[in-house]
Amino acid sequence: MMREILVPLVSGTIFGAGLIIGGMTDPARVRGFLDLFGNWDPTLAFVMGGAVLVMALAWMLQRRMQRPAFAEGFSLPNSRDITPRLVGGSALFGIGWAIAGLCPGPGFAALAIAPASAAIFIAAMFAGMFLVRLTEGPR
Amino acid sequence: MILPGFPEAAPVAGLAGGVLIGLAAALMLLGAGRIAGVSGIAARAFGLADSSLPRSGAWAFLIGLPLGALLVTSQTGAATLAFAGPVPMVIAGLIVGIGTRLGSGCTSGHGVCGMSRLSQRSLVAVATFMATGFATVAAMNALGIEVLP
Repeated sequence: MMREILVPLVSGTIFGAGLIIGGMTDPARVRGFLDLFGNWDPTLAFVMGGAVLVMALAWMLQRRMQRPAFAEGFSLPNSRDITPRLVGGSALFGIGWAIAGLCPGPGFAALAIAPASAAIFIAAMFAGMFLVRLTEGPR
Repeated sequence: MILPGFPEAAPVAGLAGGVLIGLAAALMLLGAGRIAGVSGIAARAFGLADSSLPRSGAWAFLIGLPLGALLVTSQTGAATLAFAGPVPMVIAGLIVGIGTRLGSGCTSGHGVCGMSRLSQRSLVAVATFMATGFATVAAMNALGIEVLP
């Protein structure tokens, strides 16, 4: 169905524009932000702040809606458990994010500016995700 | 605008980019009823996650990311950004792939969507990946490891 593709496509496009404008696709910028004990660059805190502010408003709207505008229903995470898996996985993610200065969104957005580098990152990320799927099975 | 004490910071561009990211995530939430978590959407597109999000929609979102970046650079001109070489890129990508699946999210899902919802899981996840991110850069600096050319 058209809207099943159109809404994510438009969202992804705005998302990608925001990533590059905010500096998330610049590994040096990310490294600067994570260099808290050195030459710290707070720019990405403004990115996160702006995004969280808008989304906080969106969540207020969401609570008043029976269903989303272009879909049958909401499909949202509802787990509340703080598990070793959550903490360990997040710890790993932070290490990987810091090494190359890329997280998943900017990895895909960077296909537009440095396709070869971005493709390597995405392929390796896929391999990592595949490893988890292989060891854990579907979940 | 220059932030006092941080001559290299770009707070206005950061905020503008952040607001766009927030609007994109809001469209995904209020339009499609879903979280705009890129790692989860990528895993779904790759066929590695079970989700009610159609795979076509997951791919559409992922294709939008470079499309949006391209729209911006077509107006502003492409900035020359430095990226890590293939070896650190593979290591980083692997760790990010494993970490985001185990941790059920990344900067977008836990950071943007989860924190704004005051999800305790997301707050813990963000605090954790920020801490290990800070520690990793500090360790790389201390060891003199430089991956960006």
